[in-house]
Amino acid sequence: MRKLMTWCTCLIFVLFVGCSQSPEPSNKLLLWHWMTDRNDALEKLAQEYQQKTGIEVDVQLFAPSDSYSQKVIAAAQASVLPDIYGILDKKSIVSDFIQAGFVANLTDAMQVDGGAWENSLFDKALADKRFDAGNNYGIKPGIYGVPIDVTNEQIIYNKKLLSKAGISKPPLTFEEFVKDGQLLRRVGITPFVSGWGELWLLDCFASNYAFNIMGEDKVFATFRGQVKYTDPDWIKVFNVFVELRDKGILIDGIVTKGNKYAEQDFALERAAFSFNGSWCVNVYHDMNPDLIYGVIPPPPISTAFPLKIWGSAGSTFVVNGSSPNKDKAIAFLKWLTAKEQQMVLAEATNNLPSNKEALLSISPILGEFAKGMDQSTHPNIWPVNEDPSVSEAFDRGIQAIIIGEKTPQQVAQEVQIVKDRQMAKGNN
Amino acid sequence: MDQKAKSAAIFKDNFQNFLFVLPAFAIFCTFYIYPFLNMIYISFQDWIGIGPMHFIGLQNYKELMGDKLWWDSIWHAGYITLFALCFQNPLAFALALACDREIRLKRFYRVVFFIAPVLSEVVVGLIWNWILNPEMQNGQHIGLLNHFLYASGFPQLVHDWLGDPKTALTTIAIVNSWKGFGWGFIILLAGLQTIDKQLYEAAKIDGAGAWKTFTNVTIPMMLPVILVVMVLTILGCMQVFVLILTLVNEGLVNHTDVPVTRIFSAMQNTNRFGYACSEAVIFGLILVCVSFITKKFSDKAKQV
Repeated sequence: MRKLMTWCTCLIFVLFVGCSQSPEPSNKLLLWHWMTDRNDALEKLAQEYQQKTGIEVDVQLFAPSDSYSQKVIAAAQASVLPDIYGILDKKSIVSDFIQAGFVANLTDAMQVDGGAWENSLFDKALADKRFDAGNNYGIKPGIYGVPIDVTNEQIIYNKKLLSKAGISKPPLTFEEFVKDGQLLRRVGITPFVSGWGELWLLDCFASNYAFNIMGEDKVFATFRGQVKYTDPDWIKVFNVFVELRDKGILIDGIVTKGNKYAEQDFALERAAFSFNGSWCVNVYHDMNPDLIYGVIPPPPISTAFPLKIWGSAGSTFVVNGSSPNKDKAIAFLKWLTAKEQQMVLAEATNNLPSNKEALLSISPILGEFAKGMDQSTHPNIWPVNEDPSVSEAFDRGIQAIIIGEKTPQQVAQEVQIVKDRQMAKGNN
Repeated sequence: MDQKAKSAAIFKDNFQNFLFVLPAFAIFCTFYIYPFLNMIYISFQDWIGIGPMHFIGLQNYKELMGDKLWWDSIWHAGYITLFALCFQNPLAFALALACDREIRLKRFYRVVFFIAPVLSEVVVGLIWNWILNPEMQNGQHIGLLNHFLYASGFPQLVHDWLGDPKTALTTIAIVNSWKGFGWGFIILLAGLQTIDKQLYEAAKIDGAGAWKTFTNVTIPMMLPVILVVMVLTILGCMQVFVLILTLVNEGLVNHTDVPVTRIFSAMQNTNRFGYACSEAVIFGLILVCVSFITKKFSDKAKQV
């Protein structure tokens, strides 16, 4: 009996010791990420860092990103976050992590040597995890994340298929885009593909045109509840999809298509245009290295306001604010985003580097994507975001328009009903 | 032995037993009871997954009662389940009956019918995505089904099966039944093989034909097994999720939503963990009720 008791006590002790986190600083950093395509490069760089500094960086991959996201939230709830990790969520969620002490403020480290580290990185990428003075979230102003690459979403066109349809240059306006689409259809080529079964990509495309048609002030005023979705400008946004549908521009089954399938369609030359993010360079290279393509922003439909594309930090790491290895983690991220390491990452993964100096070494096609950064924006840097339930109703409404089930007016009214309900809830 | 020593011995004995049960009990409490109770607790909160929770009482449940999309999703899952009960299980039973006889290549058929269930739902989704692909390249249909329909002289039947609200849910129900019927087949076949062959011989001597033997011997003997298969089908189909995600991603507008995709969407897209938990609680209650009704039905059928 005594023996049994001793064994049980030992077991409980071992369990407790095993479950608790060591509060002592160590020479080992733990990094969690979700980027399957960048895992090898990150592991290689981590080894190089260990040889250089003696600090081991344990790179752990958890994919896909949805599962990773849930893992991070669960780890935060249990206070077992690693030294370095990424938060794949909206700014409001990031602010909750900061308030809970799970994200370190990196401003001081960024501003050492006259802000050399901060200045080396794309400002728009830093904005993803930057909180300005007087922000709505009540967060102390500062920079809370380090982007390791940048990304933006644009239209990609297949040069060979365009010339097959007698199109010599990519479209500059929406009218030309539709016309080119019809020409392509006539010669049996599907004009446009995108993974609009994933609502965020559809939302991204729609918001590009919303900015173009009514300007950002009116878009944000709608989010604040000052402009209704039944406004004629929003109807024009919905009509973009009516025109794409009626002129036969969209690939069959676009509303249930995942982005992986859309990427496959474009890489296998089943469609001439695609709407996708800059990561597609890597994907297309793997699927069809001989693919010849170019990049343009979505062709504007109006000259009233500039068309803005989504672009910001592709993948951003944060440092665990409660980690005993905080300083070492910051030093590693500083090294990772230095020019040399960024060049290695860009070359290995075909992603846009977050360090501006590393742009000199990127491929011409990535260079075309990089040009778009000047006209980019992102929900993470907007002063106000739409309520997620309204966004869902908006995106599903566009899907309903595409399949011919609802008219723009019907969708506008339905979205406005959800908006009114959420506004009323917010006021209570 | 005095009373004190006797009590000590009983205590020691009980305590020892308790210690043996303790690890399993602790694991069960940690991974089943605690999350379950916590889910109920969160369902009364307004919570985005991190940060403070705000107690809102029955607000989530009140909203859920009026959430048309939620009740539509229950109907969709019910439709998929009904489809499986009406087509998948009878087909599984018919094939099990066929394979229970002395036919050539019966082992081969058993393996073939069991391939679909052992495949992961993601793989099944990928295969069917290719079969149902509505696109064309160089004037040819890429999807196997549309290609076959076109080549067989039925071009009017060529269709975007998953992209049309009229056909999407039925198509998913068919794929789900294709994936699931093998389980029913194996369980029913195992049940058929336990029926004493003497019963069939006795029926034959009494002059019973094939149909009489089937209705008076096979069906009564198989009733408990059929009911088990029905319960498993109901519980499995009501919780269909991965297959839908791989076939239509986040869904065709709201026409392919099922309860689990709604729960996932509330957590993933709108960060409403409290609301998602209230959905999970109600869905769990619905499943318990369905299981309870089936159990009652099963008990009655056994008595008959």
